[in-house]
Amino acid sequence: MELLNQVTQFVISGLATGSIYALIGLSFAIIFNSTGIINFAQGEFVMLGGVLTIFSLNVLHLPLLAAIVVAVAVTTIIGLLFERLAIRPLKNATPLMLIIITIGASILIRGLVMLLWGKDTQALPAFSGTDPISIAGATLLPQHLWIFGVTVLVIIGCRLFFNHTISGKAMRACSFNRRAANLVGISVGRMVLFSFVISAAVGSLAGVIIAPLTMTAYDVGVMLGLKGFCAAIMGGMGSGLGTVLGGLILGTLESLGAGLISSGYKDAIAFFILLLILFIRPQGLFKKGETERV
Amino acid sequence: MKSDRIKFLVFALVVLLVPLPLSGGYLTNVLIFVGINSVLALGLNLLLGYAGQISLGQAAFFGLGAYGSGVLTTAYGVNPWLAMVAVALCVALFAFAIGFPVLRLKGHYLAMATLGVGVIVNIALNETVELTGGPSGLSGIPNLTIGSLTFDSDLKNYYLVWVFALGMILLSLNLVNSRFGRGLRAIHDSEVAARVMGVNARLMKVQVFTLSAFMSAIMGSLYCHVMTFISPNSFGFHFSVELLTMIVIGGLGSVYGSILGALLLTLLPEMLRTFQDYDIIVYGLLLITMTIYLPGGLVEGIPALLRRLVPARKVTEGSDA
Repeated sequence: MELLNQVTQFVISGLATGSIYALIGLSFAIIFNSTGIINFAQGEFVMLGGVLTIFSLNVLHLPLLAAIVVAVAVTTIIGLLFERLAIRPLKNATPLMLIIITIGASILIRGLVMLLWGKDTQALPAFSGTDPISIAGATLLPQHLWIFGVTVLVIIGCRLFFNHTISGKAMRACSFNRRAANLVGISVGRMVLFSFVISAAVGSLAGVIIAPLTMTAYDVGVMLGLKGFCAAIMGGMGSGLGTVLGGLILGTLESLGAGLISSGYKDAIAFFILLLILFIRPQGLFKKGETERV
Repeated sequence: MKSDRIKFLVFALVVLLVPLPLSGGYLTNVLIFVGINSVLALGLNLLLGYAGQISLGQAAFFGLGAYGSGVLTTAYGVNPWLAMVAVALCVALFAFAIGFPVLRLKGHYLAMATLGVGVIVNIALNETVELTGGPSGLSGIPNLTIGSLTFDSDLKNYYLVWVFALGMILLSLNLVNSRFGRGLRAIHDSEVAARVMGVNARLMKVQVFTLSAFMSAIMGSLYCHVMTFISPNSFGFHFSVELLTMIVIGGLGSVYGSILGALLLTLLPEMLRTFQDYDIIVYGLLLITMTIYLPGGLVEGIPALLRRLVPARKVTEGSDA
């Protein structure tokens, strides 16, 4: 019974971090599908979400909601600038150049945050207290509920946007065939910019809602980004249910592995899964037809 | 071909003469690390600049080399030279084994997979505390010796490291001008076309990956004997990115470019002491601006700039050291 309770506990916290990976995975997929770029700076958007919220809260003394809005807005602007200053000037960019540029942007953002706010690990207060809720012998924190809620909302929002708005449909058109999209009058350049903006917003939101649970610092972006990428790969780089499931599976496996086997190897578990997927099923865990590509 | 040989001889001569006026001071110490970093950058450049295959896990092979030698010589008392050879072969074998599944991937996926390998190795170095000492590092590694000669001063270590480095630079120069090197460049331009022309792309990619791992491991062994202390921090993702920055600055697909990049990026933080950890800001800016404005690196940029400044005279491209 003791073990069962423990396992339930690990699964709950795994699903919570898994939701975060799912959101980050979605933000990867949004850029990838409209540009073919894997943005290595994606994790930094996540980090910025958390760090900027703490900054707005502690230094600017904004209320929590306003702080979150400011953090997401600033990160979105950074995403926009990044596309304008580093991605757009490239003519005939090879994947290699894009990898190097996004890595450059990633360490640049990380370095600037370290310069401005130092290396200390900071915590964001939980959104609505820390009184645990007991479920089936395990405890659920209110922050877990926030994470599940926000994740579901973002996924529904993305779905509505990509399926029911003209901009969303235009972005999907770009992902299917950029040239054809251009021919029917879609401004591909603007859609690329949009994808960076939306992706930065989703990524930073993930960073905001995870910050109360795991603390945050200038260097959390690397791991979060890579795990989000792992989720996206598991879901076949789609922006649909596949990535969400990928994130949840990854989070749960990681949490179980850390709890039952060894916590030191927690991060290694995620990368082991990543390598396994890349080697065996680079097209994703689920059949291609089931994952919808943006 | 003849001018290539003269270029190398001039370069080797400069390398061998440089420490004499320095009389073993601080700069000699820095130049030891220029030598080590040059070979590491060169290994990555063979893979990335010539064959077009990115690796963000190069630091892992360097780290395995260093820890392999460190652990074998301190805990098991193995002869350092024997350990160096054995470890380098094991690391090469490891790279060869993972090379087949890893290098089947392309572009972004390849970058992520190599990064994953690098991170896993780094975590393993941190977690196997009873063997490696974990995050606090491994100390008391002996200096290398030949007979009664112990490599315990900066000057001796300089020559030790650079003799190895010159050997590997010469090997690389010969390699890139061989049938093998042409094959690598063909893979870079178009893997499909290369295969159609009879280049065994899959095997060659793994071979060059293995070679770069072997070179990195040898340098790792030398590094641990020079430093006599190592910790996992030196072999993380940050260092892999630093190596990448070196060859992007120096010049992708250029042997001397790798050395130039290693020289600049090793000297720069030493000269700008105030930067400390903030050097990653500079690296980030350099990676972005170089890729956008000077994708050929400094080895292409400097001669081009000189030609523009001195249009009438024929500019001689001197040695890059």
